[in-house]
Amino acid sequence: MTLPEAEITLTVNGRSVRRRVEPRQHLIDFLREGLDLTGSHVGCEHGVCGACTVRVDGRIVRGCLMLAVQAAGCSVETIEGVSESGELADLQSAFHQRNALQCGYCTPGMLLCAAELLETTPNATRAQIREHISGNYCRCTGYQAIVDAIETTLTARRAGRTAD
Amino acid sequence: MKPSPFDYVRATNLTEALALLERHGEQAQILAGGQTLIATLNMRLSAPDWLIDITRIPGLSGITLTETHLVIGALTTHREIERSALVAQYAPLLGQAAPHIAHAAIRNSGTIGGSIAFADPAAEWPACCVALDARFVIQALSGERRVSARTFFRGLYDTDRAAHEIITAIEIPRERAPRRSVFMELARRHGDYAIVGVALLGRVDQGRLSDVAIGYVGAGATPLLAQGAMAALEGQAADADVLARAKAALAQDLDPSGDLYNSPATKRHLAAVLLERAVKQLLA
Amino acid sequence: MTARLPCPIPAHADLAPGADPTVVTRGHIGSPDPRPNARRLLQGRGTYIDDLRVPRLAHVVFLRSPHAHARILKIDSSTASRAPGVLGVFDGPAIAAICKPWVGVLAHLKGIKSAEQYPLAIERACWQGEPVVAIVAETRAQAEDARELIEVQWEVLPAITDMDASLAGDPVLHPELGDNICFERSVDTGGIDEVFAQADVVVEETFQFGRHTGVCPEGRSILADYNAAEHSLLVHHSTQAPHMIHDVLARHFDIPEAQVRVLCHDVGGAYGIKVHVYPDEICTVATSILLRRPVKFVADRMESFVSDIHAREHKATVRLAARHDGTILGIDLRDLTAIGPYSMYPRTSGIEGNQVVNLTGGPYRHQHYRAHMQAVFTNKNVTCQYRAVGHPIAVAITEGIVDLAAERLGIDPAEFRRRNLIPDDAYPYAFPSGVRFEQLSHQQCLDRLLELMDYEHLRADQAAARARGCYRGIGLAAMIEVTNPSAAFYGVGGARISSQDGATVRLEPTGALTVLCSVTEQGQGTETVFAQIAADVLGVSMERVRVITGDTAATPYGGGTWGSRGAGIGGEAVLQSARALRAQVLDAAAAILSCDKAQLDIAQDAVIDRLSGQTRLSLAELGRICYYRPDTLPAGFQSELVATRHYVPRDYAFAFTNGIQASWVEVDIETGFVQLLGHWCVEDCGTVINPLLVDEQIRGGVVQGLGAALLEECCYDDQGQMLNAHLGDYLVPMALEMPDIVCAHVQTPTRTSELGAKGAGEAGTAGAPAAVMNAINDALRPLAARVTAQPFTPERILAALGRV
Repeated sequence: MTLPEAEITLTVNGRSVRRRVEPRQHLIDFLREGLDLTGSHVGCEHGVCGACTVRVDGRIVRGCLMLAVQAAGCSVETIEGVSESGELADLQSAFHQRNALQCGYCTPGMLLCAAELLETTPNATRAQIREHISGNYCRCTGYQAIVDAIETTLTARRAGRTAD
Repeated sequence: MKPSPFDYVRATNLTEALALLERHGEQAQILAGGQTLIATLNMRLSAPDWLIDITRIPGLSGITLTETHLVIGALTTHREIERSALVAQYAPLLGQAAPHIAHAAIRNSGTIGGSIAFADPAAEWPACCVALDARFVIQALSGERRVSARTFFRGLYDTDRAAHEIITAIEIPRERAPRRSVFMELARRHGDYAIVGVALLGRVDQGRLSDVAIGYVGAGATPLLAQGAMAALEGQAADADVLARAKAALAQDLDPSGDLYNSPATKRHLAAVLLERAVKQLLA
Repeated sequence: MTARLPCPIPAHADLAPGADPTVVTRGHIGSPDPRPNARRLLQGRGTYIDDLRVPRLAHVVFLRSPHAHARILKIDSSTASRAPGVLGVFDGPAIAAICKPWVGVLAHLKGIKSAEQYPLAIERACWQGEPVVAIVAETRAQAEDARELIEVQWEVLPAITDMDASLAGDPVLHPELGDNICFERSVDTGGIDEVFAQADVVVEETFQFGRHTGVCPEGRSILADYNAAEHSLLVHHSTQAPHMIHDVLARHFDIPEAQVRVLCHDVGGAYGIKVHVYPDEICTVATSILLRRPVKFVADRMESFVSDIHAREHKATVRLAARHDGTILGIDLRDLTAIGPYSMYPRTSGIEGNQVVNLTGGPYRHQHYRAHMQAVFTNKNVTCQYRAVGHPIAVAITEGIVDLAAERLGIDPAEFRRRNLIPDDAYPYAFPSGVRFEQLSHQQCLDRLLELMDYEHLRADQAAARARGCYRGIGLAAMIEVTNPSAAFYGVGGARISSQDGATVRLEPTGALTVLCSVTEQGQGTETVFAQIAADVLGVSMERVRVITGDTAATPYGGGTWGSRGAGIGGEAVLQSARALRAQVLDAAAAILSCDKAQLDIAQDAVIDRLSGQTRLSLAELGRICYYRPDTLPAGFQSELVATRHYVPRDYAFAFTNGIQASWVEVDIETGFVQLLGHWCVEDCGTVINPLLVDEQIRGGVVQGLGAALLEECCYDDQGQMLNAHLGDYLVPMALEMPDIVCAHVQTPTRTSELGAKGAGEAGTAGAPAAVMNAINDALRPLAARVTAQPFTPERILAALGRV
């Protein structure tokens, strides 16, 4: 029995990659297993926990609810990419200062989720922050520190300066 | 868990997709936003031989206005609907419902066509479409047809769409003056499937309601049109007696089954509470 | 990081006679330092088990019993064995051939009994989810493909799913045990019937608690790498107790202890879930041995729900006797809990019920107490110790019945507590059940809480809201918590579980410090706390302290992280080893500088003159000389720049902590929905080493407790099928519904250690459910409705209101 395979070319964190994949492999497994980008995590594989949140063509998606083959031709960004570019340095610093993480498993997904809010809703209230991240499960923090860190970053960005 | 093996083809146009569907029949599934389908694949609850990806087919996405309808392409995402100025103007009910659909990352990918085709009675779009008296444009190789939302949903996850057909658009009748609308649902956590939800449309003239339409989420095997309650409210000032009659009519209109945490009786009770609250908000 | 003047804790020998050793000068200790190790997690550079890349790695999946109770008639894996990528398919007997079975009992839990348990079920499966066949393949997907090809013939047996039916004992789950009672315990101070007969008021209530599970973001994970060439075993494990696992693996697989190494990297949440010996994880090790190659198991979300331990399924009936003035005279408790088909190994499933008996009524000064607890077997997933073991049950029972008594007597619940909480000057104090408290601060905590939440203002708000038809309520929950457990917890019962922990502190040639500690890190910040302590004692900056944990081949021996022991026990071990190293560094400095050691001190990364504060020798220079130019040291002097010390509490079985929480809710009486408007927690965990970390741990714990109160339950049908083994259906708390939580501290350092730290890990989870329950019932009081069965779902609230 030979399993179906497909060749895909896509951009990941700014670099073009070409790989053969099984169509059944979801994007998060592809990033982790195929490209060793282990910063994004598998949490539930049914689209509920948000640990696998990555960006595809500029929008956040659940990495477990998208197949790698679907990402052919797309631009994918992961926590590794946004860390290297420094795009989220202020948010990451605010998370650090506020201790908005404990075990860290949800953190990369939480950061990418929050980043979308920073872009789309610069005047977000605490309630809006909570609503926006309500698809990302954190068992350790109780969420408050995360909300605080996002709020701090929003405020700092509005003031046109970085948080740290 | 990982999905069972399947093959994948990305259709480049509608004809190709339809031909693939004809060829593979029940062994194929259409992949649109994938936000439900891929979860079921990951749990091996579904194991098709083929996935036909229609997401790159041109012309199936976007929101446009015709003389008679607001037309929403089947591949339009929940997020696009949520943010659409056209929707806000011509079908604000959809904009009100959109934030209740799961979470930002899901709304970025999930599509209205996929939601309609999957026909989960607890989903928001089917009930909204029933209330709005929308119709669905359904394409097969043999041609195109249109089906009213009010007849499309036949049973639990069962619709009028045949396996070889693809929903291409949702058409919502244009109204010269759009009705007022309210969408409300009760979910224990934001973004969860609702225990029960209501989509209410109507006009208010000197305290009287007219052109009332009420769709229910999670109150039966399909999205339901609460015709008894609609009749009870039509042309009436929604005083306590009228509201009581409308709520009583729900006993006939709705047929909820229980879920893990709620009995049918609880759902009926909550549906009635929501109706009263929605009407009051519509009048406010 | 901001510059800070190091103010080292005075060395023990420097203390004036009679000086209080717990009063320390603080630099980093007490400071809200961010965690250095959080930086890598923020950039996706953590290392969880599934992130490891190992050559020739195979993947194991398990065929699990679909039935709650069934005989295994036949397993046909012939097709699966030939499927693509499959390396091996193993059934129960194949694994049992190389792994000794276990029985989860402890000698100090008198009478506890359980049946022999194997990594894979043999002949009979006893819960839905019990592993039955292991399938190893080159990829996880291939292993899952092959699993579908295995045919098992089952004979379905009657399932015991109700705890009362289990108690009745028909049928008996393990016939060799005689009945279905795993463990029972009674406490009776005597005279309880007389007290109740003479009381002015007696209140009684039955409380029910749904099963929960921990839902760690990272599923349980293990990567076992058996090396046949040297009969050695390297295990990478997402665990809280690497040394315990090390010992278990060595004994059950007959591998010499020295040839086993357990490595614990980043752990994606544990909360007590990852401190147990799981059959599937042991089986993973077995398959690595049988296949002579590395094998990885990562529990997926759905199997986690039926194989991670559950907890908290209790039904408790409690009575309280009081006088008209509110004085509590006695408490009488009857608790029944269902623990699944086996007592978990090696900690047993008897501890939770035991804790309920120990803790119920704990904050109050009544002198009469009677309790009877029974833990019974059922055909549901195994239960065991999960965060705040037994506390949420005991606190809810206690605080629920206390509120009912206050209501019956017409006394404000805050005032009722003030009259009954053990006074702060009554210590040391022995509770009627036998536990002893060193020094608690219930009254101070109550005062602080009422001030923090502005109790009077909230009461006024509540009255105003009621006037407009809005039902708001305030709930209070006082609590005691078991932390810093000594050998009394497990060791005395014969479990090979260390209650002592050790730390090694080493000065590096650059003047940097390396700390190795047997306590592990799961994100609570233990490594940061250790760095803070070592930095303070040795006068070095935080940036120059590296902490290593989670390697049984490198760190001192110890228990790991559980039972709120990281800071209190591990921290004290670090403090003592740092002190010892400090003395050794001064010895070396004195030798180098040819002066009296008493003239020297250490501060700001240098040896200084004690009186003038002038720098005499940087630690880097000292390191350079001692390591690279020892030839220049005085003849006969050998520098020792590493020290190891261990610590275990001896004076008390546990360091009890105390605290109190308040919840402020609004109940929508038409829908039964509860909105959390506010939450407060005042906790006394002794010395607060890092308030930033402690507060977040408490908040996280509160939210776990809020989940218990409102959302979480493992729902089973009467056939023993878990109905919501899915993250969409098992409802965990998400951000939007959770309130902001105000934390405050009263600090009563324990005198059992110099550091004075007690644990803070249980506080939030212990008290939050009771506070919410009392708040809901306070809101519903005008409607004469009460809820007592957790979680308080909309339907249960509507039913209490008579609306459905």
